[in-house]
Amino acid sequence: MNLPIALNRIRSKPWLWSFLAALLVWLATLAFTAGEGAGALTSSALSFSAFFVIVGVGQMFVITTGPGNIDLSIPANIALSGAVGMKLMDSQNGLIALGVAGVLGVGVLVGCANYALIRLLRIPPIIATLSASFLLQSMAIAYGRSVRIAPPELFYQFSTGKWLGIPYLALAVALLTVLAGYLLTRTRYGRWTLAIGQNMRAAELAGVRVERVRWATYVLSAVFASVCGVLLAGFSGGASLSMGEEYLLASIAVVVIGGTSVAGGFSNVPGLWGAALFLYLLVSMLNTFGASAGVRLILTGVIIIAVIAAVSGRKTLRSL
Amino acid sequence: MNAPQPMTLKKPAAPNVPGSATGAVNRARWLRNALPAISLVVLLVTIFIMQPRAMSYMGMNLMLNLAVPIALATIAQMLIITVNDLDLSLGSFISFVACVAATLLNDHPLLGCLVLVGCIGVYALLGALIHSRRLPAIVVTLGMSFIWVGGAVLLLPAPGGSAPQWLQALVKIKTPVLPFAIVVCVVLAVAVHLFLMRSRFGVVLRGAGGNPLAMAKAGWSLLRIKVTLYALAGGFGVLSGLFLVGLTTSADANMALRYTLLSIAGVILGGGEFTGGRVSPVGAVLGALTLVLAGSLLSFIRISPDWQIGAQGAILILVLALRTAVNRLEVRPV
Repeated sequence: MNLPIALNRIRSKPWLWSFLAALLVWLATLAFTAGEGAGALTSSALSFSAFFVIVGVGQMFVITTGPGNIDLSIPANIALSGAVGMKLMDSQNGLIALGVAGVLGVGVLVGCANYALIRLLRIPPIIATLSASFLLQSMAIAYGRSVRIAPPELFYQFSTGKWLGIPYLALAVALLTVLAGYLLTRTRYGRWTLAIGQNMRAAELAGVRVERVRWATYVLSAVFASVCGVLLAGFSGGASLSMGEEYLLASIAVVVIGGTSVAGGFSNVPGLWGAALFLYLLVSMLNTFGASAGVRLILTGVIIIAVIAAVSGRKTLRSL
Repeated sequence: MNAPQPMTLKKPAAPNVPGSATGAVNRARWLRNALPAISLVVLLVTIFIMQPRAMSYMGMNLMLNLAVPIALATIAQMLIITVNDLDLSLGSFISFVACVAATLLNDHPLLGCLVLVGCIGVYALLGALIHSRRLPAIVVTLGMSFIWVGGAVLLLPAPGGSAPQWLQALVKIKTPVLPFAIVVCVVLAVAVHLFLMRSRFGVVLRGAGGNPLAMAKAGWSLLRIKVTLYALAGGFGVLSGLFLVGLTTSADANMALRYTLLSIAGVILGGGEFTGGRVSPVGAVLGALTLVLAGSLLSFIRISPDWQIGAQGAILILVLALRTAVNRLEVRPV
């Protein structure tokens, strides 16, 4: 009689699957290399996953607010924020604070702009963030045209440094996810976000300040993307225009594979880490096996579709 | 299967407003429908004023050369949006088709044709998968975009290949009076309009986006509708890829990635909406042309190409703002 209960308990924690998948891929890679490079693999997986998770947290809050809500401006925002951050910091340790403040400012502005478009023009968020991303992309091109500016030494060390093999970045982002989880499940803002995702009309009638929550959500997502942008620039030794490109797909994939419902209203914070680790480890496993770039991409796509097909069996209220 | 009278499906189109206000409402609706055309005309006139030499056969041909693949992609995206889905893999799919055309179709025509037909089959299957498992189309097509790019990279690891001669000749046809690009766009818009907006089956297809439950209750197979629309979208995607590679003569695995966002923007510019099966083929083609011309306008007024993408975004926002204003106009009389 205990088995069904245990099974149910596992089923109620969909994020376990993504961690399990990540673990399997990790083991498969190490089995292939006979255990060599386990430390390096784990450490780099944590670093790269941290970036996926930062944008994933923001995208998760947006997707949670219900069907149709999605932030497509993340890649352009990352490119712009990276450029702004590096320019403000100007390779000087003393200007790091200024750079970070500037980048946070960019994030808040982008979020407000996204929300203003959604609200004032009454257009679907996809189109609002899409048109915003066109503008941001141009700004990033025009602003970041100058020579590649190296990040300040201290900032570079923070972005790439490790403590006992664990990147500082991964520790910081882990703390961030704990905060996000707290925000989502324990605070009024988080509960309101979930309520809106489950039934916007009902939430509104229950006194939820729907518009305020949506505004906060888009600002949050943009700020996270900006932070990711400046950290990514620090990590890779300077900002580049194409640096955010893969983060659109990654941010959505991480959220969905992590067990958050695409229809909104049900989020999953730990799943973000599982899914991010899984995605990174999958690519490095295929690399280790010697697969060519084409095969690697095809398998990644097949696995994303397989995972979503397997996960989405459960019925949601508004799956139409 | 007891097929219902499609006539009954058209009923909800009638506005439920008092008779006295119908005039204002009609004017607002007319304005909204004309908005894509008006914005295109305004853009064209601005271009002609800035650069009178553009107003010639050659000039138009140069400006609109690359408009046809984008218009075809926009129609493909519109068909998916008809059932309230979104295809985020369209750009990579078109790149893949271009790579197939530049390699397989050139070297082994039969195999190439089979692959292209297979592509349409894959789209049909996608429609079936998304419908039967109730998957979010955004995520599935996101996964597909990896697969298409992967396939394209396998075929063409480095930019190159060569489009078949007949294809290159086909896209460079010189038609009398109007440039070929315009002829194709007009034919495309009218043909899809007749099919989707005027035919019985077209009404059913759009109905599936407007009220799927009602369509299912009326005895139509939603699965078949979705498979049809996805297969059609795949077909237009193939055409877009072929036309593109005919123009560029060689291919690259990333050549059309930006078509994904451009096609979505084109559909919306043309008056389409994400929900309710409200789309407009003529508008979609006009929207695609507007986006293409926005780029040309910038080069004429000597703004740096850095801002080309930004201008497309700005035009998108401007047109949407105008539409919101028109919508307000429509609401007021009630």
